[in-house]
Amino acid sequence: MNLVFYFLQQLVNALSIGSLYALMAVGLAMVFSILRLINFAHGDLIMVAAYIAAFALLGKLPLVVTIVLMLAGTILLGLLMERVAYRPIRGAPDVAALLTSFAVGQILQNGTLLVTRLLQRPNPLAFPVISALSGVFTFGSITIPRVNVLSLVLGIILLVLLSLFVTRTDLGLSMRAAAEDLPAARLMGIDTNRVIATAFAIGSGLAAVAGLLFAVQAGQLTPYMGFTPVLKAFIAAVIGGFGSISGAIIGGYALGGLEVLLTAIPGIGDILPPGLVAPGVQAWLRQWLPSSLTSYRDAFVFIVLILVLLFRPNGILGSREREEMG
Amino acid sequence: MSPQAQGPIWERAAGPLVAVLALVILLALLQVTGLAFWQGLVINLGIFLILVLSLNLSNGFTGVFSLGHIGFMALGAYASAILTLPLREKQEYLPNLPAWMAGIHFDFRVGSFPLGFLVATVIAAFLVSLVALLVGLVLMRLSGHFVAVATLGFLVIVRVLLFNADNLTRGSRTFSNVTPYTNLWWVWTWALLTIYIVWRIKRSPFGRAMFAQREDRWAAQSIGIEVMSPRLLAFVVSAFFTAVAGSLYAHFITSFSPTVFYFDLTFKVITMLVVGGMGSVSGSVVGTVLVVGLTEVLRRIEDPSQLYGMSGIVLAILFILIIIFRREGLLGQREIALDRWFMKGGGTGSEQQITNAE
Repeated sequence: MNLVFYFLQQLVNALSIGSLYALMAVGLAMVFSILRLINFAHGDLIMVAAYIAAFALLGKLPLVVTIVLMLAGTILLGLLMERVAYRPIRGAPDVAALLTSFAVGQILQNGTLLVTRLLQRPNPLAFPVISALSGVFTFGSITIPRVNVLSLVLGIILLVLLSLFVTRTDLGLSMRAAAEDLPAARLMGIDTNRVIATAFAIGSGLAAVAGLLFAVQAGQLTPYMGFTPVLKAFIAAVIGGFGSISGAIIGGYALGGLEVLLTAIPGIGDILPPGLVAPGVQAWLRQWLPSSLTSYRDAFVFIVLILVLLFRPNGILGSREREEMG
Repeated sequence: MSPQAQGPIWERAAGPLVAVLALVILLALLQVTGLAFWQGLVINLGIFLILVLSLNLSNGFTGVFSLGHIGFMALGAYASAILTLPLREKQEYLPNLPAWMAGIHFDFRVGSFPLGFLVATVIAAFLVSLVALLVGLVLMRLSGHFVAVATLGFLVIVRVLLFNADNLTRGSRTFSNVTPYTNLWWVWTWALLTIYIVWRIKRSPFGRAMFAQREDRWAAQSIGIEVMSPRLLAFVVSAFFTAVAGSLYAHFITSFSPTVFYFDLTFKVITMLVVGGMGSVSGSVVGTVLVVGLTEVLRRIEDPSQLYGMSGIVLAILFILIIIFRREGLLGQREIALDRWFMKGGGTGSEQQITNAE
C-alpha cells in the first residue's frame, strides 16, 4: 500500500515540475520557431519575475497587486529586450544571436545584483512566505506541497489556453504562419513585428508565472538562479522537437518525469518494503543504485540531451525537416 | 589568409623577435620593480590570452562554437594540481585517492627549476586532450547552436562530476595547498608558444581547411576538403592549451573550487574572443588586452562605490554593440603581420601591415 502512495506522490511531483518546465519551454519554442533564436535570457526573465514579486511582497503589497506588477514588469522587460537587442540582429548567424542572448542575460543578472544592492537587500534574498501557497495537502498517507499542486493545475490551464490561442485566434494563426516561413508570412500581409512581439510577451508572461512558482519552491533567490531552469527548459524543448509548442509541452512533462525517475530510482532498494522482491534483487539494487547517485541527476539529464541532439535532432516525436550537420 | 611572407628568414624573423624582446624587457622590468599587483594582472592577462587563443582555434577557425572549453580548463587545473601535490600533503589532504595515484607526485626540481610542474602540466594537458578527442568525436558532428548547447551540456556534466568526486578533488570543498609555481615567465612562455602554434596552424593546410569548411561547408566538401578531421584537430589542440591555462591558473591562485569554472568565466573568454575577432590571432591578443584592461578599470570604479554588477552590465552592453555594429570583431580574420615589419620595400604602410586574411 505504501508503495502505491509513494508512486502517486512521485507522479504528482513529476507533473508539477513538468508543468514548470513546460511553461518555460513554450516561451523558448515560440521565439525559436519564428526567429531561430535560442533565447537564453529567458531564464533570467524567470529570475527577474521572482525578484519583482519578492520586492513587492517585502514592500507589503497585497498578493494580487504583486502578481499584476510581476506580470506587467516581466512582459515589458521581454518586449524591451526584443526591441533593443534582438531586432537589430535579426537574420544574423545562429551563434551571433545565441551569444547576444547570453549578453542580455548577463545584463539582467548584473542589473538585478545592482538593484538588490541599491535597495539594500541581502544576496541571496529569502523569498517572503505567501501563506496561500505554503503548507501541504494531505491525502491519506501522502503529503504534497500546495505549491506543487498549484503548479500542476496552473500549468495545465495556461497551456490549454495557449493551445486555444494559437489554434483559434487570428493572431495565433499568424504566429504559426510566421513560424512556418517568416518571409512568406510577411508577403501575405502579416505584421511580423507584431507577431514577434506577441511571442515574446506571451513567453515572458508564462516565464513570470513559472518564476513565482519556482521562487516559492526554492525559498531563496539569487541573480543566477535562472541559468539551470533555462537549460532544463531548453532540454525539454529539444526533446519535444525544437520549435513546436505542443512538442515543448510534451518535452516539459517528459523531462519532469525523467528527473523524478532519476531521483526516485537511486535508493529504491531502501524504500521497497521487505518481501516485495527477492532479497537478492533488493541487495543488488542497494549496491548498484545507491541514493548517492541522485547527485549525478543533472549529468544524466544532459547526457540525454546530447543523445537526443545526435540521434533525434527533431525530437522524440520527429518531423520532416532534418537539422543539417553543416 | 595572407600568404606566407616571402623573403630571407632573418627579415621575416626580425619583427617577431623584436616583439618578443620587448615583451621580455617588459616582464624583466616588472619582475625587478616587484609590483605585486601589476605582476598579478599581467599573469592573469597571459592566462586569459591562452584561453582566448585556444577558443579562437576551435570556435573562430572552424566556426563550430564550443561553450564547454572552461570544462577542459577545470579538468586541467584539477589534474595538474593533484599531480604536483607533495607526497606528505597528499596523504593528509586527499586520503582517499586510489592507490596508484597516491604515490605520484611531480614536485621535483632540477636545480631550482621546478621540472615537475612542467611535466605535470603536460601530462594533465594530454589527458584533457584525450577527453576532448572522445567528446569531439561525438559532438563535432553537430553544428550551429546545437553544438553550442551540447558543449554547454559537457560543461554542466564536468561540474557535476567535480562536485561529486570527493575522493579525487575534495568535491565542492575548496582545493587548496597548491604550490605557487606559476610566475610571469611560466605564463608568458606558454602564451608565446600558444600564439606560435595557433598562428602556424592558421597558415597550414589544416588551417585553410578549417576556414574553408567554416565559410561554406558544401563548397569545401565538393572540392575534397574534409570536415571532420580539421574540426577535431582544432578541438583537441585547443583543449590541450586550455588545460595548460587551467594548470597555470591552479598554480597561480593556489586554492579554488569547481564553482569558478562555470558560465561567468566562459562568457568572459567569449567576450574577449568576439571583441578581437573570431579567426584572428592578433585579434585575440587585442581583445584580451582590451577586455582585461577595461575590467580592471571598471573594477576600480565598482569597488569603492560598491555598485557591484555595474562592470558586468558595461561589458555585456559592449558585447551587444560589437555584435550589432561590428560582428566580425575589431580585426575580423585579419592579422597584424609582424613578419613584414622589417621586409624591404614592404610593411611600412599600414595597408601592408594589416593584411587581409582572405
